[in-house]
Amino acid sequence: MTQKNNNEMTNNSPAWRYYMVIAAMSCVAVFLSYRALTIQVMENDFLKNEGDARHLRTILLPAHRGMISDRNGEVLAISSPVVSVWANPQAAPKEPSKYKELAELIEISEKNISQMIAGKQDKEFVYLRRQMNPTIEDNVRALKIPGISVVREFKRYYPAAEVTSQLVGFTDIDDKGIEGVELQLDDFLKGKPGQDRVVKDRMGRIIDSIDLLEIPESGKNVELSIDKRLQYIAYRELKKQVQAHNAATGSLVLMNVHTGEILAMVNEPSYNPNRITKSDAPNFRNRAMTDLIEPGSTIKPFIAATALKSGMFSSHTLIETNSGVLKVGKNYVKDTHDYGDLDLAGVIAKSSNVGISLVALQLSKEMIWESLSDFGFGELTGSQFPGERKGMLPFFGEWDEFEQATLAFGYGISVTPLQLAQAYAMIANGGYLKPVTLLKRDTTPKGKQILSEEVTHEIMLMLESVVTREGTALQADIPGYRVAGKTGTAKKIGKHGYMDKNYLAMFAGVAPVSNPQLVAVVVIDDPDIKTGYYGGVVAAPVFSRVVSEALRLLDIAPDDVHEKPLRIAQAEGSMH
Amino acid sequence: MARSALSQGFESKQKTGAQDFFQSFHIDWPLMTGIIILCVLGLVVLYSASGEDWATMTRQMVWLCIALTVMILTAQIPPHHLEFWAPWVFGIGLMFLVLVLLFGDVGKGAQRWLNFGLFRFQPSEMMKFAVPMMVAWYMATKPLPPSTKRIMVALLIILIPVGLIAKQPDLGTSLLVASAGLFVLLLTGVSWVLIGGFLVTLAAVAPVVWFFYMHDYQRQRVLTFLNPENDPLGSGYHIIQSKIAIGSGGLYGKGWLNGTQSQLDFLPERSTDFIFAVFAEEFGLVGVVGLLAVYLYIIFRGMIIAVQAQSTFGRLLAGSLVLTFMVYIIVNIGMVSGLLPVVGVPLPLVSYGGTSLVTLMIAFGILMSIHTHRKLLTS
Repeated sequence: MTQKNNNEMTNNSPAWRYYMVIAAMSCVAVFLSYRALTIQVMENDFLKNEGDARHLRTILLPAHRGMISDRNGEVLAISSPVVSVWANPQAAPKEPSKYKELAELIEISEKNISQMIAGKQDKEFVYLRRQMNPTIEDNVRALKIPGISVVREFKRYYPAAEVTSQLVGFTDIDDKGIEGVELQLDDFLKGKPGQDRVVKDRMGRIIDSIDLLEIPESGKNVELSIDKRLQYIAYRELKKQVQAHNAATGSLVLMNVHTGEILAMVNEPSYNPNRITKSDAPNFRNRAMTDLIEPGSTIKPFIAATALKSGMFSSHTLIETNSGVLKVGKNYVKDTHDYGDLDLAGVIAKSSNVGISLVALQLSKEMIWESLSDFGFGELTGSQFPGERKGMLPFFGEWDEFEQATLAFGYGISVTPLQLAQAYAMIANGGYLKPVTLLKRDTTPKGKQILSEEVTHEIMLMLESVVTREGTALQADIPGYRVAGKTGTAKKIGKHGYMDKNYLAMFAGVAPVSNPQLVAVVVIDDPDIKTGYYGGVVAAPVFSRVVSEALRLLDIAPDDVHEKPLRIAQAEGSMH
Repeated sequence: MARSALSQGFESKQKTGAQDFFQSFHIDWPLMTGIIILCVLGLVVLYSASGEDWATMTRQMVWLCIALTVMILTAQIPPHHLEFWAPWVFGIGLMFLVLVLLFGDVGKGAQRWLNFGLFRFQPSEMMKFAVPMMVAWYMATKPLPPSTKRIMVALLIILIPVGLIAKQPDLGTSLLVASAGLFVLLLTGVSWVLIGGFLVTLAAVAPVVWFFYMHDYQRQRVLTFLNPENDPLGSGYHIIQSKIAIGSGGLYGKGWLNGTQSQLDFLPERSTDFIFAVFAEEFGLVGVVGLLAVYLYIIFRGMIIAVQAQSTFGRLLAGSLVLTFMVYIIVNIGMVSGLLPVVGVPLPLVSYGGTSLVTLMIAFGILMSIHTHRKLLTS
């Protein structure tokens, strides 16, 4: 049977069919090879890139952000390493039961974790918990839950909290400066993130680091001009006073008169930058630089200085204060009392509006405008702080007589407390306008001389008379030191012009007079009028307390030693 | 008796000890060499594709041993016994197929398995050799070329099991079974007119199959094949990832264990149906051409066996089995490289998995049996 079939086969079955099939197969093999050739050689570059695009990733290695410290190296802002846990919702399991251990580690319930993942199914990245203690990193990785990863980051910490908050500012959760010095010097502080080329698998897990492209470059440290001790004192005293007078806000600037360095700068209310809440937003700004005030009587010494500079006045030039009322055009300028005849020094000591108006009206508008500009009003102080404002000094061509008069006692001009501090520093240091800085200075800038030493000396003596029984600011007195200063009490502007019951209470002062070192400006906004609202009552005591402690801490020699035993004797006497 | 005939038949040739050894076990050593090379290659790629998983490797090696044993055992059966048992094997296979439809285990959306408690068995695999055996047997009962009526009967023999398998549904296997049967017909010398007519009918039936017979997922596969970029994250994902794997291999490949597409889990089914992509990524065009050369070598050797076969049954069966083996390769590589739609066909002797390995080895066993049981007649 088999044999027979075989014979038929050889006769009838076309053997060529087999050879044809072999030929066909060879063709197919050639075709498949050709296919491989096109994909692997001709499309190789494209497909290789596609392949690389699937697994090669360049990840940023966070750079350590620079530290911010005060002038003595005390830390004000520092970055510490933390870890954040994130999930790839498309790769991570959805059942809450898989997250039991993770839930304990990151202190979020397993139900919440699975909800976060279920809610982001169209995403490939969701943070589960950010900025945790780095010790959990190994534990989370050890769980080996697919789609769950840990990333290292840095968290910013501010040891001085609300004491330096508006000044230092803060960073956002991605370590970017948002406010204050953090924003101002962000480029300097942030460093340069490194780059690492890594291989990731389909689940987004990093398998291997193949090429450290760039080593992260740490940010530079910044040393501020601030003295943390003074900052604390300033904040404590300002806060106390703002609360005691039920005021809306308060600001204080303490500056070195020679270097232009800000030693303390505080605002109340403040906030804790380590734990920011939504209601903190109105307090983010550094009011001492960003909020404009009408300087009121604190501007008077600069009019007096202009008068002296003009040569038309001396400190003994007599001015009739006209029973305390002066008609200028259709309006009246008034004093609180009738001071009779005052010399220029008396006008400052008593803070006579009529007196200073009479002086201003005798000077040319241009002269007043020029000298106020020279003193830094209407100009930035040079601090370069983000959001600092330059205030407004209207151009003299637009003034009428009344405006010229009112400008002399601080209305119709807006300034920042920092500008006032800079201008008072100029008076204190012999007439040099120094650029203001928040950074520690190694050298004393020369500054631009605006006034002669003779003029500033006389103004200083006038300002010293303010802080006496005869002046308006006895409460600014600091036992053992000669203090010069000027009060200011300005009506606030409301919707319908100046308000009757809302004031700014200000004091700007310098100490010690014989060797001026420190200038401080205190502004208390809207004190409760029942508790007093005069600058001499509300702001001057803060100056006294802060500057007296500052003088001692900075080891500045007392220059008023004669009175000291007498005062102690008085104090002892009163005890008996 | 078989032994004496064999030693007699080879007396005229130069013999080595190794040849002697192989022939005494009815092993065709040129074919055996090709198979061993492929199996070793397969293990090497599997080691990489499985992520260096020794459990997978061990399982595959156990399967290899079983399959090689089955091959050698099959090779011991003389072709005329195979011919005698062909209708029985076919009948039993057909019965199993019916049982599968009635009682089969369901897995991955298809009903393909018969559970015998101790082991699970996939009757459709058995049809890969049972159908060509049956058609070859039927064709060998009358002189060739066959009459039109006999061709119709043969087509029926093919279509019944193919239909049952397609119903499971298992498109890949039914395709392989159908081609195995049709190759027998092709080799009987059916006139080209009939072949042409058959192809025209096929083209006419295709739309009907598309609309009334194919499952949604099968239609989806064809659509995806036509334009994989349509749905890169869904059904096009396999093809795109695999094309990237093959293409990024380049001329020389990324090196063993260095394929990123495969090692990093981007390539799906990389141990089984898509193992060619792993191979191509890691060994490049050079490797692919080498692999194709080994396959071609095995096919040529198989065709020589077919041409030299001494019975019509043997000749038809051997030819059909070799051509089916070739279809395996074309379909698998074609699908992995994006030329053909994705149907579940493994890369023969390389893909991970025991069932197809055993089936293939049975086919090689039959080839060896046909070749080593020849009676050499001196003319």
